[in-house]
Amino acid sequence: MAYFILKRLVQSVFVMIAVAFLAFSLFRFVGDPVSQMTGVETTVEDQDRLREGLGLNDPFVVQFIRFSSDLLRGDFGFSYRTRQPVAEMITNRIPATLELGVVALLISLIVGIPAGVYTALRPRGIATQLILMTTLVGVSIPTFVIGIMLIFLFGVQLGLLPTFGRGGTVHIGSWESSLFTFDGWKSLILPAVTLGVYQLTLTMRLVRAQMMDVMRSDYIRFAMARGVPLHSLYFRHALANTMVPVITIIGLQFGGVIAFSIVTESVFQWPGMGLLFLESIRFVDIPVMGVYLVVIAFFFVLVNLIVDLLYFAIDPRLRVKEDV
Amino acid sequence: MLTVQDLTVRFPSRFGDFTAIKGVSLSVAPGEIHGLVGESGAGKSTIGAAVIGLLQSPGYVAEGSMTLQDTDLRTLSTDQAHKMRGKRISMIFQDPQTSLNPLMTVQDQLVETIQAHEDISKTQARKRAIDLLEEIGIKNAETRIRAYPHQFSGGMRQRVVIALALCTDPDLIIADEPTTALDVAVQSQVLGLIRRLADTRQIGFLLITHDIGVIAQIADRVTVLRHGIVMETGKTAQVLGKPKNPYTVDLMKAVPPLDRRLDRFLVPGEDRKSDTDRDQAKGDKAEKWLLAGQKDPATGLAINDLSVRFVGERTSLWRKPKPFIALNNVSLDVRPGTIMGLVGESGSGKSTLAKAITGLVKPALGTIRLQDLDLPHGRDRGRHHPSRRLIQMVFQDPFSSLNARHRIGYILGEPLLHYGFEPDAKLRRNLVADMLELVGLTPDAIDKYPHQFSGGQRQRIAVARTLLARPKFLICDEPTSALDVSIQAQILNLLKDLQATFGLTILFISHNLAVVRQMADDVTVLRYGKVVETGKVEDVFERPRAEYTKELLALTPVTPSDW
Repeated sequence: MAYFILKRLVQSVFVMIAVAFLAFSLFRFVGDPVSQMTGVETTVEDQDRLREGLGLNDPFVVQFIRFSSDLLRGDFGFSYRTRQPVAEMITNRIPATLELGVVALLISLIVGIPAGVYTALRPRGIATQLILMTTLVGVSIPTFVIGIMLIFLFGVQLGLLPTFGRGGTVHIGSWESSLFTFDGWKSLILPAVTLGVYQLTLTMRLVRAQMMDVMRSDYIRFAMARGVPLHSLYFRHALANTMVPVITIIGLQFGGVIAFSIVTESVFQWPGMGLLFLESIRFVDIPVMGVYLVVIAFFFVLVNLIVDLLYFAIDPRLRVKEDV
Repeated sequence: MLTVQDLTVRFPSRFGDFTAIKGVSLSVAPGEIHGLVGESGAGKSTIGAAVIGLLQSPGYVAEGSMTLQDTDLRTLSTDQAHKMRGKRISMIFQDPQTSLNPLMTVQDQLVETIQAHEDISKTQARKRAIDLLEEIGIKNAETRIRAYPHQFSGGMRQRVVIALALCTDPDLIIADEPTTALDVAVQSQVLGLIRRLADTRQIGFLLITHDIGVIAQIADRVTVLRHGIVMETGKTAQVLGKPKNPYTVDLMKAVPPLDRRLDRFLVPGEDRKSDTDRDQAKGDKAEKWLLAGQKDPATGLAINDLSVRFVGERTSLWRKPKPFIALNNVSLDVRPGTIMGLVGESGSGKSTLAKAITGLVKPALGTIRLQDLDLPHGRDRGRHHPSRRLIQMVFQDPFSSLNARHRIGYILGEPLLHYGFEPDAKLRRNLVADMLELVGLTPDAIDKYPHQFSGGQRQRIAVARTLLARPKFLICDEPTSALDVSIQAQILNLLKDLQATFGLTILFISHNLAVVRQMADDVTVLRYGKVVETGKVEDVFERPRAEYTKELLALTPVTPSDW
């Protein structure tokens, strides 16, 4: 197991190097950094001096190594647009996006897994057909339309929930959280549902398909034949076996939720990383875009590592090797 | 104890109801092992499922009665039926690899089952579980009970399955092919255990199997089924020894005997006269074409000191993984124009040897020679090496060895085109049609897809495909182990005929000793990747020298010769 984890860690390092390289290329080759930093009044001599001073005339490899070691030390550079350190801008935005992503994920799991189990156990029931149909509609509509519809219904018509921002937040150290106030939750719920709907459908359909497969397997038929109580049969025997493949997809999807919450964040003006990224694109704020890329890649790598570890927790065939 | 009267089971379908079981009556007394035999599709498992109330949807019991002592099994509610399962009727499944929940320890599964049917504490349930495991032959049950299913070997796992079926002390156990997935040595242990449980605990067994040897060995009474109808029922010795029903008579003739060699099998339903006529009239062109390719004398195969190693599992970060030795200094000589039987239990290296010969795995040491041709190992053997055509293979599973998306005509035409025998599409088609007749199919099969054929027919197609490459050497890897006995007999007959006509050299791999006895001239016994014994079939079967061979022969279930 130690060997497996080590292998995965080494792989992760290579992934991160590749991503850092992409981010660096963005820096170096999308436009000329010097001309973006300076105005029209700067003389050519000044520009050259700046170029020399920033080390932009050094060989490519030297620049890349310098860029990577800066990243490792947590020195992410400065935004072109706001002149703030990028690190600070990102850490200010991370809590909002993470909270949104995690709540969306929880919604999708809490609703999706039971719904998947139910629709698998009663494949021909009317409720099943109804659930399958509504969720199909759910995935077919683009996220921003769902968001706007929810805003229209709950924000405008019923006036129950706020339509933008994070509402009341609490600072815990440097972490700005909206999970500890009623107001914060009110603001969180609409964007989280919007973001979670697609996940929910996917989780549900995946659980359903896997569960139907597992229910046909020999060990479930054997458990049935020896009269194992049905609730244990469904949830202890069948569901656990269903989860092994489901977890992979959920993990990958969670990375996606964090990375692509851009649409939802912009619909609800949610001050997270997605919104920051959008603003950065508008102002060609390349340092922020580059770092965003690296941070998101880091999330993906992390989530995948956690998924791998979860396999070990769930499946004894990976954990316990020796024969008895 | 269990009485089934006039049981009829139907499966509704779009084209009307399909009657899987028709008016079946049978009974099982306490302590009795009642065998249920028949070929696939005979409805054996359906009867078992109906008795335990787990018929696959949408099947239903249409008529008849089933009673266990004084309980009418048909009138139970869903809830009552579920409570009765395990408590009074239990079941053992075929494959111990798949019938245990891989994520739960043996202890959890046993304790849960015991507690489901009895109001006892976890400690008591655990104690009973340990005693039971000890009783059915698992040593150190106290510690091993905490292990997961994958930590047990196949035979031990089947014991755990039996313990699970037994832990609630049921009156009746339905055993659905309980030993089919096991090696002979383990099979005989498991069968011995079942016999013992019937005798000591007075449990009634309904033993469902297609293996007549197994029935002959342990069943008290037997019921022979065909197409969901009872053909014959009675005491085992009487039904199998002096069968009255013509179907049972034919079935018994198709079972390959272990103690003597038959020239040909008599196949149930096969018209014996027309079969010999066919060889002359049909498939004539294909036969001539093949004979034209067989001008050179037959080809032998010599294997010298062949060793195959696989990379083993890494146990530590710093140590190199220990290699797994699949074949260890194997030497083998297949004489030209003969059939060499290769027998051994699972994991003995039979299939690895076949792969090494065909160049699919790369041996670490040793040489393989096809007559005068040195065969390079693994990938060193080029795609166009002549042996790629000369050596052909028939696989075990006829369902996955034919491409489901191609028509038979294309599948069979491929070797002709690929090896450049027949560039003309029309001539190729004629030859393929003729070849289909040669292997006993009708020429109209040429435009069908593989799924339209039964397992036996597909195996004929697979044989035809190998022949169209004009091979000199054929490897048959368990060619009949997925087939029913009567179909097996047909395919073995076909192989024998073709071998005699075309002077092929065949390596015939099988775990079934009786089949090898019928087919092979020489035989080699493999164990743990080593040759245990090799020699002429008669010598090895009549006067085995190695202990292991003697053991294998003794443990193979057969019908007693004095019946």
